[in-house]
Amino acid sequence: MSRRVTVNLGIPQAPREVTVVIPDDEPTPWQLGDRFTIVGVETPRVDGPAKATGTAHYTYDIALPGMLYGAIVRSPYPRAHVNSVDLSAAKRLAGVRAALQITDGEIRFAGQEVAAVAATSSDIAVDAIRLIKVDYQPMPFVVDMDSAAAAGAPSVFSGSNVGGAKTLSEGDVERGLSQAANRIEATYTTPVQTHVSLETHGAVAQFDGGALTVWCSTQGVFSVRDDLAVLFNLPPDKVRVISEYLGGGFGSKFGATPDIVIAARLAKESGAPVKLMLPRGDEHLATGNRPSSEQKVRMGADANGKLVAIDLAQRGSGGIGGGSGSSGPFKLVYPCPNVRTSETNVFMNTGPASPMRAPGWPQGTFALEMAMDEMARKAGMDRLEFRRANNTNPIRAIELELGARAFGWTQDSASKKSAGPVRRGTGVACAAWHALGASGPEALAIAHRDGRVEIRCGTQDIGTGTRTALAVVAAEELGLPIAQIATEIGDTRYPFSLPSGGSMSSPSNTPAIRQAAAHLKDKLFKIAAPMLGAEPADLEARDGVIRVRFDPSRKVAFIDLCRRIPGDSISAGGDRIPNYASYRPDQAGCQFAEVEVDTETGVVRVKRVVAVHDAGTIIDPLTSRSQINGGVLMGIGFALFEDRRMDPNLGLMMNPTMDDYKMVGSLDVPQIDVMFLDVMNGGTNTGVLGIGEVAHVASAAAVACAVSDAVGAPVRELPLTPDKILAALGHG
Amino acid sequence: MNKFTIVTPADLAHASAMLAAPNHGAIAGGVDVVDLMKQDIASPATLVNLKGLPELQGIKLQPDGALRLGALVKLHEVATDPEIQKRFTAISDAAGEAATPQIRNLGTVGGNLLQRPRCWYFRNPLSVCLKKGGDKCYSIGGLNRYHAILGGGPSYIVHPSNLALALIAFGASARIVGPAGERVVALEKFFTLPSVDPKRENDLRAGEIITEVIVPAPAPGTRSIYLEVREKQSFDWPLVSVAVVIVPGGKSVRDARIVMGAVAPIPWRAPAAEKAIIGAPLDAAHARAAADAALATAQPMSDNAYKVTIAKVIVRRAILAAGGVAEV
Repeated sequence: MSRRVTVNLGIPQAPREVTVVIPDDEPTPWQLGDRFTIVGVETPRVDGPAKATGTAHYTYDIALPGMLYGAIVRSPYPRAHVNSVDLSAAKRLAGVRAALQITDGEIRFAGQEVAAVAATSSDIAVDAIRLIKVDYQPMPFVVDMDSAAAAGAPSVFSGSNVGGAKTLSEGDVERGLSQAANRIEATYTTPVQTHVSLETHGAVAQFDGGALTVWCSTQGVFSVRDDLAVLFNLPPDKVRVISEYLGGGFGSKFGATPDIVIAARLAKESGAPVKLMLPRGDEHLATGNRPSSEQKVRMGADANGKLVAIDLAQRGSGGIGGGSGSSGPFKLVYPCPNVRTSETNVFMNTGPASPMRAPGWPQGTFALEMAMDEMARKAGMDRLEFRRANNTNPIRAIELELGARAFGWTQDSASKKSAGPVRRGTGVACAAWHALGASGPEALAIAHRDGRVEIRCGTQDIGTGTRTALAVVAAEELGLPIAQIATEIGDTRYPFSLPSGGSMSSPSNTPAIRQAAAHLKDKLFKIAAPMLGAEPADLEARDGVIRVRFDPSRKVAFIDLCRRIPGDSISAGGDRIPNYASYRPDQAGCQFAEVEVDTETGVVRVKRVVAVHDAGTIIDPLTSRSQINGGVLMGIGFALFEDRRMDPNLGLMMNPTMDDYKMVGSLDVPQIDVMFLDVMNGGTNTGVLGIGEVAHVASAAAVACAVSDAVGAPVRELPLTPDKILAALGHG
Repeated sequence: MNKFTIVTPADLAHASAMLAAPNHGAIAGGVDVVDLMKQDIASPATLVNLKGLPELQGIKLQPDGALRLGALVKLHEVATDPEIQKRFTAISDAAGEAATPQIRNLGTVGGNLLQRPRCWYFRNPLSVCLKKGGDKCYSIGGLNRYHAILGGGPSYIVHPSNLALALIAFGASARIVGPAGERVVALEKFFTLPSVDPKRENDLRAGEIITEVIVPAPAPGTRSIYLEVREKQSFDWPLVSVAVVIVPGGKSVRDARIVMGAVAPIPWRAPAAEKAIIGAPLDAAHARAAADAALATAQPMSDNAYKVTIAKVIVRRAILAAGGVAEV
C-alpha cells in the first residue's frame, strides 16, 4: 500500500511543497523544519581510531595460512606480437607453485599483463617472473594522439584509430555565432591523469571446495562477485568478496580488474590462497587513467552578454580504452539556445582509460570556463558577472553570491597587479552534477539484547566516510548515540548494494539504512507500547529513550527495552526505493581560486580556494568537507602538475613513479574554505546527494582561470608548468 | 632487486678493502642505493654498511672557522645546525630544501654527493640508455624538459646534488680514503662530465670512501645564499638551483663564487658570472649582467629553453639577495 505525503523542500528563502506517493513502510522524507540530533553535526569518522592505530584491515593486511604471493610479467613493448611464453624455468624454481600465461597474441600497450606466477614468498615470485622467457615480435606503435590520428598510423586495433564523432546539436550554432556581438575561438588541452590511489590494486584469493573468497581493494564488492562468478563459472553464492577497507579508487576499481582475476586464477592453479598486490608503477601503466583532451571551443554572446552559441569539437585518447568525451559541462552548466558538441575518441598504444572522478567533467569544465573568461573579457564584462548573467540555476545563483562575498571578489582591475614579479590572479568556475543515487541497495538493522545496534549493508567505503554516514542516519532514526551503532560493510554476505562510484554511495545507501532503522524501530515500539500503555504510533525515540509523545514521563530506556527482546536479537530490513519527486534534479556548486604567479620563473602557487557546494542533506559536515578538500587538491594537481609523460620513440611512460609523476604535496595545499548551502532536496527519505565528484569538477578550471588572470593571457594547456607560463608571458 | 647481504666492516680500512672487491656497494642512509637496487640499476651482492665508522661522523667547527662535515651527517643536521646556518647559510639552506623531512632524516652528506641522477631514462629499468651501457641518450629527441642546458653530451643528465653547489661555492673539498691511501680533492674537481665517461658522475674510484667534507673558513663578512625553483613546493627536484657566496669589500664585491644546479651533468660553476660582479658594485645591473654571463654558453634542448630563463632569474636574484640588495 502506498500513501501520499506533502513535504516542504528546498531552501528557507525559496521553499516548495512537493507531494510524493511513497510506500506505506517508507519513512516520511526529511524536510525543511525537521530538527535533527546527529544529522548535520560534525561527527568524527567512526573508523578513524581503527585507521589511525593500524587495526583497520586493508587488503594489504590480509594474511592467510599457506598463502602464496603473486607477481605479474608485463610487456616492455608498447605493441608486439607474443610469439611464445616459456614458463618452464619459472616453474622449476623452488617455491614456485603456479605459473600462467595471461596473454597470447597482440600486446597493445607497455605494461600489459603477459604472464603471472605464485610462489611461497614475494621475493621468489619476483625471481620467477625474471625466468619467464617471452618471445616478443615488436611492432610499430603510436603513443601520442596526433600521430595516432594521422593517416597511415599503426592500427591499435584494426583500421583507423579515430572513432566516429559523437555529435549532439541543439538549435543552430552557426547562425548563433553569426549573430553574436562577440565571439571567441580557442583550443584547450588537458593531459592524461592517473588515479594514484594510495592503496594499489590487488587481491587475496582463496578457493575452498567449490567456493571462491576474494579480499580485494574494490569500489564494488558485488560487481567483483558477479564478474568472478561468470569468469570462473560459479554460482554467485559460491563467490564471496570482501573489502573491509580500501585506500581509494577514484573510479579505477570497479569490477574484477586484471589483478583480481589473476590472483584468483593463480589460486585455482596452485590450490592455495594467493595474494597479489600491484607495485606502484603498475598503477600508472595499467589500472586506468583520465583520458587526454583537445577541445576546440567557439563561443558567441549577444550585446547583453548572453550566450548565443557554444560549439565544442573535442577529441581525446584513453589509450586502448574509450570514453574520452568531455562535453557534459558544455551542455549542462550554462543554458544557451544553440549548442553543438562533437566528441571523438582516438586509440593509441597506452594503458586503458577507466572512469576517474567525474569522468570528462574536469577536462570539459576547464575548457568551458577558460572560454567563459575569454568571452567575458571580449565582451568587457566582469567574469563573475558574465557567469551570473548566464546562470539560470537558483541554487548556483545563491552559491555564486555566497562565494563572491567570502572570497572578496572584486571587479577585474589593475589593483591586482603589483610592481614586483609576483602577480596575483583570481578565477571562478561553476560545477554541476547529478548525484541523486539509485535504487537497489538493501540494508539490515539488528538490535541486540545488550542494546547494541548493528547495521549491515554490502556497500564499501572508498574512503569518503561511508561507515560514518550510515551510522549517523541509523543513529538519527533510532534516537541513539552514534557509539551504539556498529556498521558492517564491504562483504557480499551483507545485503546487496551498488558500487561506490558516480557519487552514488550516500544517496543510494542512506535511504535503505533509514528504512531499515525505521522498520527496526517499529518492531521495538511494538514491544514498548504495552509497557508504556500506548499505541506504537504514539511513541518516539530520542536520546536513547523511547517516550510517549504526549506524555514524556512515560518512557523506557532503549537499552532496557532491548532486554525484552525475545531471543538474542531482533532485526529488520530496508530497501532503497526508486527516486521520487525532489526539489531539484541536479546540484550546482562553484569554486573561487586565488593564485600567485612568479612572472619571472613561471612558478604558480595556489593561495586560497573558496568552494561553495550543495549536496542535499549534509549528513556529516566533517566528512563532507574532507571530500571537498580532496576534490580541490586533486584539481590543483590536474591544473598545475600531473601529466602522464610518454616517450614517443620508446612508447614508454617515463614518469610512472611517485617521484616523477607530480602530485600535490602538503606544502602545495592552499587555504580551502568550504561552504555548504543546505538544500532539503527530497527525492528519497534522506534527501542526500553525493559530493565526491562535484567537489572536483570546477577546481582545475578555477585555478587555470586564476593563473590566466595573473599572467594577463590565457594559458590553454594543462598542466600549467613554468615553461607554459613563461611562454604565455612571452619570455619562453 | 637482487638478493644481497649486508656486512659491517671492522674499520675504515676493512670497509675500503671490501668495497674494492667486485659486486660490493656501500650503504649509509640507504635512500638512493635502495632505490637503485629496486630499479635494477645497481645489483650489488654485498652491501658494506658504513654507518658505524667513526671517521665519517660528526659536524666539527674548527678553531680557524673551517667546517668539517662527516660523510654520515644527516641532511637534517646540516639544515638545522645554528652555526652552519649562520656562517654557511647556503649549505644549510641547500640541505634544508632537499626532498622531504623523512628523507633528510635518513640521507647523508656523503650519499647526497654520490647519489645517481634522476633522469627518467636512467631510472627506468626498461630503457637501456648510454649511462647503463646502451648506445644513446634518449633525452635527445625525447622528453628533455628537465635535462641539461650546459655541459651536456653525450649524456644530458643533470646532477642531482644541490648540497654540492653550496659546498663548491664555499670551496669545499672531500677527504677520500681508499686502498691507495688518502686524498683530498676539491669538490669542484671531483664531479666529472659525461664527455669523460658517461657512465659515471664523479671521480670516486673502486674501494674509495668519502669520509668527510672540509669547508675552509670563509673570509670575514662572507655572505651566502642558496635558491631553487621547483614546480611543486613539496618533495620536488629543482628545475634550476644556485648557490652564491659573496665576500663584500667596501662598496664593491671583493670575491664571489656562483654555482648552478640542475642545469648540467655536474654542479656548474659560472666563472664568467663571478667575473662580472667581482670588483663591481652590487647592483641590479651587474647582477643581470652576471646572470646573462652565467648562461651565455647555454645550449637548450628541444623542451628546456625555459630553464635558461629561470636560471638567469635566480642567478640574478641570488646575487642581489646574497649582497643584501633589495630588488626593485
